[in-house]
Order: sequence, then structure tokens, then C-alpha cells
Amino acid sequence: MPEITRDEVAHLATLARIDLDDAELDHLAPQLSVILESVASISAVAGDDVPPTSHALPLTNVFRDDVVVPGLTPEQALSGAPEQEQQRFAVPRILGDEQ
Amino acid sequence: MDAILRSTAAEMVAALADGTTTSVALTQAHLDRIAEVDGAVHAFLHVDAEGALAQAAAADERRASGATASPLDGVPIAVKDVLATEGLPTTCGSKILEGWVPPYDATVVARLRAAGLPILGKTNMDEFAMGSSTEHSAYGPTHNPWDLDRIPGGSGGGSAAAVASFEAPLALGTDTGGSIRQPGAVTGTVGVKPTYGGVSRYGLVALANSLDQVGPVTRTVLDSALLHEVIGGHDPRDSTSADVPLPDLVGAARQGADGDLSGVRVGVISELSGDGWQPGVMARFQESVDLMVSMGAEVVEVSCPTFVHALATYYLILPAEASSNLAKFDAMRYGLRVLPEGIDSPSAEEVMRATRDAGFGDEVKRRIILGTYALSSGYYDAYYGQAQKVRTLISRDFDAAFEKADVLLSPTAPTTAFKLGEKLDDPLAMYLNDLATIPANLAGVPGISVPSGLADEDGLPAGLQVLAPALADDRVYRVGAALEAALLDRWGGPLLDKAPVLEGPR
Repeated sequence: MPEITRDEVAHLATLARIDLDDAELDHLAPQLSVILESVASISAVAGDDVPPTSHALPLTNVFRDDVVVPGLTPEQALSGAPEQEQQRFAVPRILGDEQ
Repeated sequence: MDAILRSTAAEMVAALADGTTTSVALTQAHLDRIAEVDGAVHAFLHVDAEGALAQAAAADERRASGATASPLDGVPIAVKDVLATEGLPTTCGSKILEGWVPPYDATVVARLRAAGLPILGKTNMDEFAMGSSTEHSAYGPTHNPWDLDRIPGGSGGGSAAAVASFEAPLALGTDTGGSIRQPGAVTGTVGVKPTYGGVSRYGLVALANSLDQVGPVTRTVLDSALLHEVIGGHDPRDSTSADVPLPDLVGAARQGADGDLSGVRVGVISELSGDGWQPGVMARFQESVDLMVSMGAEVVEVSCPTFVHALATYYLILPAEASSNLAKFDAMRYGLRVLPEGIDSPSAEEVMRATRDAGFGDEVKRRIILGTYALSSGYYDAYYGQAQKVRTLISRDFDAAFEKADVLLSPTAPTTAFKLGEKLDDPLAMYLNDLATIPANLAGVPGISVPSGLADEDGLPAGLQVLAPALADDRVYRVGAALEAALLDRWGGPLLDKAPVLEGPR
């Protein structure tokens, strides 16, 4: 039966870019184990011959004519930015000390 | 309370047409109602009185000049806070989007505006539509107008409660696993999940792209059909939008209201009953099926054996899609930015981690972690890959069932509304509310929930769900309207007449 340990939850939180404190890890880990246990039941339901479904309705790629359509202005696109500078999104440093 | 508020949207249209009322008067009456009862109900996260009244005045001018924009021109509406509204805050019930004002309209919102429906405001919801009770809203829960200590369903509890408490005649919801239909059932209102691709998702903040669908939340089946025709149809901005014309939904609802179901084969899904299903909900369901028989329908029992795995399938596919979708909340382009404590000159990644910890609630974190797990190497085939295969089997179950029946029936939700707080920290118990509604999302088929009556145990509303094959949305309207007409006849009026009267601030 799958079990998700506290350490695994901490690792997954890192992958998902969420800081979780000790209390949250203690709280989430057992809940996730219970959920995972209940969904693991499907592992033997479908055989190898069953094709996967990613979308309910079969659709192929959709193209449109290559014509210019109106988009957001720079002011509109930046209107929700936490910080902006010179008509750009201003972000914290993206490299670490070791880089 | 102003008498017009209890009218259906179709009746409001008639009153506008014969000059009994104006859109400004109608909109003001709803704004007054919101001011009166929303302190207790908390269906709205934002009310736009000024904007709604300006749109209403424009509707009145159009009508005076004899050029209405649509059959619903001038009838006000509430919009779930997961749909982008230019100039109006859109939070998705999350702190991470607190105060965000989108620079564009979702296609469905643009269609509402073009059709002349004044937008009253934005309705409360579980954060990013994750939940079945609206308790996962970062802005506090919505209360069920039938009993303010109980949940209004979710995730679209705000839209359902707004309509049930006469704060709005119409609302938009979104349904990923039941978020329109289950709130409809527990508040005694009508909700429709259209065929996947039948209504544009452009500007809908995605929870799970392959499952989400926008749909109507109303008090009657005809009103849902009227609204569905305003918002539905192909949208080139949504690459998953179906490029086919909508069926005649209003016509189907009117046909159904005649009360003749001769030649209609209704299939009762045997897997959606039994242990865990509240007796009062099942009793109202059986009565409704019997009523359909008295209207000429032929009942067949159908088995959909893979449906017992639908919940598990859903709780792998949904978190996987959600964890990818919510990666866009990175504190860089919009929404919250939180700097981590005790770090000088934090990196973008550290800011992102601190922001997502502060901005997301428990349920969102649970599902992101679960989705990250299901998609990680070594587990992908066992979980996400397997879930996609079971999804195929569920669609095949539907195909087989629709060979035997024109529509399928089940109770919408296993129970009536539970108490606020009762299941808040028990995710699995919460997930079970969507047992009956999830299969339709996995297969992309349309479904409606109509009130089936009050459960004997607690006197709270129960709902019946009608499902139809993809693109045959007209069938759910025909059968739903037939049942509604027969039940109204039996009750001597709308079910909501039996709800307690809400007056003034609590």
C-alpha cells in the first residue's frame, strides 16, 4: 500500500515551490497518505490494451488564419504586477550565490 | 422583499417587455436584497452596484428604442469569482489573487455584457474551485439560505446561494466535478454542466482544463436554457471549444414543460445508490422517477461498473492538472508577492515559495502536493497514466448505457446539506459529495440538477441529476423541465417557497 512519508511531502513541496512549516507537514502527510490509499484502488482496473483519455472529446490541433488580432496593451499586461520597471515585470534575483 | 424578486428570469423578461418594470428598478431591487441578506448568506465577494445600474440604464434605453440585445436583455446576473471580469476584482476565493483586477473579460462574461445582462457582482467559491462546501474560500464560507448553519455546496456555493436567496435571478457557475450541480441540489436550485467544449473556457481560471465547464445557475430549467443560449457556442479563443451549433435548448425546455415524456427511455444508474446514500434523498429520487413514468417515460436499469472508480480517477487527474495550472502563481506577473522572513535579498524561487505558502489555503496545498506526486517520475504510469485509462473505461460505460437509454438519472448528491465545519478537515469525506457528479466531467457529457423535494429526515432540499450524451444538452433540458413541471404541480409552487424567510442583517 502506498504511503507518503513526511520527508516525501517535504520533497514534493520543494518541487511544487511551496514553503511548508513543520506544523503543516505534520498535518498534511497523514492526510495525503489516506487520500493516496483510497485512490490506489484504480491501479488494477484497466489493462494494457486500454488507451488513455486525456480529453473527453476527441479534438485535433486547432489552427486559425495568421492575422493580427488585438491583444493587451503593455499597461494592461503589467496592471497586476507586484512590481514593474521600465515597462517590464520586475522580479527578484534569479541566480543563487553559487551561480 | 420586493415581489418581483421571486419571479423567474423568464417572468422578469415579460415584465420588462410589458413595461411593468425597468432594468434599473429590477437591478436596484436585487442590490437592495443583497444589502439586506448578504451579511448572513455571504454569497458575494464583490458587489458592483454602480456598474450594474449603468448597464441596466443602457438596457432600458435599448428597450425603449425597440432594439433589445438578447432575450435576457436587462435581467441582472451574478458571476462566479473564477471568471475574469475586466474592471472587477477576480480572486478565485484565494488570497493569492486578492485585489487582482483582470485587464480582460472571459468570453462568457463578454457575452453577458453583449447580451445586456447587468453584472451584480462576483460570487464566493472554494479556493480555485477546490471543494464541495465553499468553506475553502479564503474569504469565509457562504451559508445555505435553507439553514444558515449549513453548507451551500461547492465549489459554486456563492452562485447557488445568491439565486436561492433571491439576491440574483441568474448566476454563472463552473463545474469540474459537480461544482454547479451539487450546490444546486443542496440549495433547491437548478444547475447545468454543459457538454465539455459547449461553452468557452477562455478567461476561466483553470482548475483542471480537461474537466472544467462553465454553466448556468438558476431557479428554473427554462431560465437555465435561456442563459445557456447566451453563453454557449463556439469560441475561437478556446481551442477546446466545439465548433458545432448549440441544440435548441429553450425549445427543449418548453417542450419538456408540456409534461409528455412518451417514448423517452430513462436509465437509472444502479451503481449510484446503496450504502452512504441518505434515505430521504433516495425517496425523493424514486418518486421523481415514478413521476417520469406517469408522464410516459420508460425506465431501464443500467449498470456502469467503472463508475465505482470514478472518484479515485478524478482525484488523480484533477490534482495533476491543478498542480500544473497553479504553477503560474509565481509572484512575478500578478497576484500576491511575499518576501520570506529573515533572508536578505531573497531569490525568485525563495519569494515564490514564501508567496505560495502564504497565498494558498490547506486544500489547495493538499491537491498541489498530490498532483506533484502523481506526475513525478516513477509514479506517473501507476497513477496518472492509469487514471487516464480508467477514464476511457468510464466513457465506454456511458456509451453502453446510452445505447439502452436516452438519458441517465441519479440523485445529484448522496446527502442533503451538512453542517458548516463538519467535514472541513476530512478531505475524503468531503470528496464523497461528488460521487454522482464526477463521471459526467470525466466523460465530458452534459448534466442538469433539478430539485426533487425535501428529505424527510431534515427537511432540506435534494436534487435529481439528468445526464445525456455529449452535444445532446437539449435532452437534459427536456427531461429536467418535464420533472420540474410535474413536481411544481404536486408541491403547488416552487420548492423555494418552503425555504425560511431571510430578513435583515442577522
